[in-house]
Amino acid sequence: MSELETLEQQLLTAIKEAADLKALEEVRIEALGKKGKISALMQGLGKMPPEERKSFGQSVNSVKQSVSTALEERKAALELAALNLRLETEREDITLPVREAPVNQGRIHPISQVWEEITEIFADLGFAMAEGPHIETDDNNFTKLNIPDEHPARQEHDTFYFNPKEDGSRRVLRTHTSPVQIRTMETTKPPIRIIAPGRVFRSDSDQTHTPMFHQIEGLVIDEATHMGHLKWVLEEFCKAFFEVDDVTMRFRASHFPFTEPSAEVDIGYSKVGDEVRFGGDENWMEILGCGMVHPNVLKNVGLDPEIYQGFAFGMGIDRLATLKYGMPDLRPFFAGDINWLRHYGFSVLNVPTIAGGL
Amino acid sequence: MKFTLSWLKDHLDTDASLDEILAKLTLIGLEVEEVINPAEALANFTIARIEKAEPHPDADKLQVCTVNNGKETLQVVCGAPNARAGLIGVFAPVGTYVPGIDFTLTKAKIRGVESLGMMCSESELELSEDHEGIIDLDETAKDSVGTSYVDYAGLDDPVIDIYITPNRPDCLGVRGVARDLAAAGLGTLKPATNGYAEKGSFKSPTGISLEFAKESSYICPAFWGRYIKGVKNTPSPAWLQKRLRAIGLRPINALVDITNYISFDRGRPLHVYDADKLNGTVSARLGKKGESFLALDDKEYDDLEGACVIADEKNVLGLGGILGGQPSGSTEETVNVLIESAYFDPISIAMTGRKLGINSDARYRFERGIDPQSVELGVNLATEMILELCGGEPSELIKAGEPPKGTKDISFDPARVTKLTGVELKDKEVTKTLDDLGFKAGKTKGKDGTLTITSPSWRPDIDGPADLVEEVIRIIGLDKVTPTPLPRPFGIARPVLTEKQKRVRLAKRALAARGAVEAITWSFIKDQEAKLFGGGSAELKLANPISADMSDMRPSLLPGLITAAGRNIAHGQNDPVLMEVGEVYHSDEDDGQQVSATIIRTGTGGHQGSSRHWSGNAEKVTVFDAKADAIALMEALGQEAGRLQFSTEVPAWYHPGRAAAIKLGPKITLGVFGEIHPSVLKALDVKGPIVAAEINLDALPVSKRKSTSKGAMEISELQPLTRDFAFIVESSTPAGDVIRAAASADKKLITNITLFDVFEGESLGAGKKSLAIEATLQPKAKTMTDEEIDAIADKIIAAVKKATGGEIRS
Repeated sequence: MSELETLEQQLLTAIKEAADLKALEEVRIEALGKKGKISALMQGLGKMPPEERKSFGQSVNSVKQSVSTALEERKAALELAALNLRLETEREDITLPVREAPVNQGRIHPISQVWEEITEIFADLGFAMAEGPHIETDDNNFTKLNIPDEHPARQEHDTFYFNPKEDGSRRVLRTHTSPVQIRTMETTKPPIRIIAPGRVFRSDSDQTHTPMFHQIEGLVIDEATHMGHLKWVLEEFCKAFFEVDDVTMRFRASHFPFTEPSAEVDIGYSKVGDEVRFGGDENWMEILGCGMVHPNVLKNVGLDPEIYQGFAFGMGIDRLATLKYGMPDLRPFFAGDINWLRHYGFSVLNVPTIAGGL
Repeated sequence: MKFTLSWLKDHLDTDASLDEILAKLTLIGLEVEEVINPAEALANFTIARIEKAEPHPDADKLQVCTVNNGKETLQVVCGAPNARAGLIGVFAPVGTYVPGIDFTLTKAKIRGVESLGMMCSESELELSEDHEGIIDLDETAKDSVGTSYVDYAGLDDPVIDIYITPNRPDCLGVRGVARDLAAAGLGTLKPATNGYAEKGSFKSPTGISLEFAKESSYICPAFWGRYIKGVKNTPSPAWLQKRLRAIGLRPINALVDITNYISFDRGRPLHVYDADKLNGTVSARLGKKGESFLALDDKEYDDLEGACVIADEKNVLGLGGILGGQPSGSTEETVNVLIESAYFDPISIAMTGRKLGINSDARYRFERGIDPQSVELGVNLATEMILELCGGEPSELIKAGEPPKGTKDISFDPARVTKLTGVELKDKEVTKTLDDLGFKAGKTKGKDGTLTITSPSWRPDIDGPADLVEEVIRIIGLDKVTPTPLPRPFGIARPVLTEKQKRVRLAKRALAARGAVEAITWSFIKDQEAKLFGGGSAELKLANPISADMSDMRPSLLPGLITAAGRNIAHGQNDPVLMEVGEVYHSDEDDGQQVSATIIRTGTGGHQGSSRHWSGNAEKVTVFDAKADAIALMEALGQEAGRLQFSTEVPAWYHPGRAAAIKLGPKITLGVFGEIHPSVLKALDVKGPIVAAEINLDALPVSKRKSTSKGAMEISELQPLTRDFAFIVESSTPAGDVIRAAASADKKLITNITLFDVFEGESLGAGKKSLAIEATLQPKAKTMTDEEIDAIADKIIAAVKKATGGEIRS
């Protein structure tokens, strides 16, 4: 074995036996450092005769290569071992709880969610959304809707009044969203297709009535829309909203001062345990009132009932929410109870869309 | 409106079952609210005979009876004074539920004696209030012992309660309901009596008159009547009492019962006076100041000015069409009577009834509009029944005034039914339906294609063609209307939300994304709460609040949210974070009603979570939590945070030193954030701290951008570099001023200023603080030289010094 081979063997053994990075670095310096053994041989090449220089140079280089490679491999192996050793000490108790993300803590109120659901459905049918003030004139809330001052229907509305003004007029809290129909028809030329969701007020309070609630009304005015269209729109709405294909509906004749003919609409359901299942005709539940806009209402907003006609409908958003999502009672809707809101409220990220489902 | 099935069948000849009748009633607009068959509750009660009645060994008032129920004899203890051997009555065996005492009978020992059932009184069966003794049937009942009492007494007669919409006064009589059902194909309307058809044998000794000025004569255009002498007023017969009881009326005496019966049977209210208690002519006129009368409801009414009263020459007798008076009413001693049948103007009746707060069956009918052509009919119906039940001798008909016709002629094109409902009907089908309802359809069309349709006098609601369409379609059936697709706008649906509607949606989700739970609180709040938040003005107070806690329109969402937070805290829900987006009211005009987006954080309810946690406990919320909410919301709503200005002038319900108004220029206030004033929390009795941010969604400027393009992005290949500066300024100097001044030193190169340290200490001297900022410089075209960087640094130092007097800290 040549001197060179012996050196190589020595170095490779030392590398292999180096127990840690520090020991390995010492081997590296011993071999490849400025004053290292291989470096010394390399430096010695210059003094050698050219004929020896070439072959010895190749041999030294080859040794330098194999030592370098061994050093790198050993270094990687020691680093990995050191890392593994460190990681071994870095154990966390991953069962420790993390704080809940704010986006998951927040909730959208069921009324807001249902409001958006309804808007999505009607937007698809080309209905714009109209709104109006809660404090209304008596004229917009009653008179223009064909409910004159002494009409018995006025008493049935349980109206909240404000104190009379100097000129004798008095404002009311709107008892329905129908004044928005008046405002729209007074400012828009037909064809008109709107929905008007919003807050309304009646002086009534029990398990199924709150003095403040939310309604949504629809209005279509043109020259040809008839009750068949009304029926279709409401059926399509119920299918989409309740997400039931075979929804059953019953139209009953009724009376509202602002529509003629008028109807109330029931939806069929059955009860399985506590759960309400829509469809069938076992039980009926009233969900909305509707009809063809009364000629007097059209006249009151300056539209000729001989030319224009159309339908209007109105339903309770709060009630629709209770039906779809199974809240037993209306009263907690406005109590601001965190537990109730967390349970019945909706995730921020649950945005109703036609494409994604309501 | 209540009636029984058998009563309906007095007017309607039909084979239809009860269920068919109920279903049809509901479909044609006479909504069934309730059906009760008293027979169902009384199925177990049988007719029984007391064979023996002996004194109870241990109780003076009880008897031990041996009762034969047709199958066996049973021992029954009975406390009724009229219990006796031979009595045939009504027996309830053990296990029967007795509705009048709300009790299910069990085998019991009464004072030591076993009792196997109960002999019942009428009140125990809920047939009347009579609980003086047990039911005592006449001898003819002996053949029925052992059979069902329901069958014997004819109680198997369902009571139907329907809701009558305000437009259908004609259905406030059973006959009107029958007419609708007949028209809808459920049988035929039977002919009805028109009452007494003769002339009468003498002239009425009491006269009647109308005493109105011309302009008020419409209030009572007709007042007719008849005098009947020699009547005998007894309790009315069983059949009549039974019907009245079935619909919830108390039988009084034959004369009163007759008027009640005609009111419900034919929708025709009447009144009967005791003629011997009248003084001279009876007239209808306007009440005068100072007049009063004692009414049948035992109340004295004295505000009669302007109301239509019926009066004789001395006294006011009653309110016409609303309520009769006690002194002139009929009693069992009444011998001579005067029948009143009149027509009153519906609006006048409604106004008087409302003003005096009287709700009566008569008012209910008159204010909806009874058939004006029933004035004579009413007199004759009453005459016939009085003669039949009380005897007597009728006078000639007496009349004052003439009732209005009550009919209307309407030009009607039958094609209108199709146009409004989409249902194709032949002209004949249309006119037949109208005829069945009592309309008269002309036979030939006019030049314009219309028929003349005459409405019946009992339908005051009929006004024009649309009403006729409604009549036809409700009788033909709304189920005949075929759903027809509403033509859709061609192509993909366009967006429909307005800018404000989008803001409302965004605001809710932006705040909820920051951990807040959306509440919806009442629009009306306590007066005291409204005042705490700048409200409480007179124009925003309800005249008739539902309770004192809900009297004022809210000026802010804060009182509702803070009190809701208080309730949650009281229930152990600590640190609630609530938000609401809703209307607030600054005036009763349209523009005074605005939408606010408001969030409150309580206790330790910060953005990163509340209360204790192993990773670090949440601190109490501060104004900066509210500021972060406000800015996050603003950014979500498309407002650049950098353009917002903050003013320390804040409303009184905020902490004066820990709150700010968000401004866009000096005039526009977009919102306020900060800590709620401790004294406000004390007044609301809610534990603090509470911080809030309120943004007025109506005040935000509308984005003028039309293009969807986001514009070109500025990219620099060059490395940004940062430099730190520390300035010593007066303690009162707002940090924002330093940041703004530094940023403005070179708006192109300086892309960001971060304030990373605030320090106050003795080393700086009293009244001083140190603010440390990091400025980020973004070279655009070429790398900056040290000289260039130093020049920018000098500019920053100079700008800060100029704006705030701050010195660079060496």
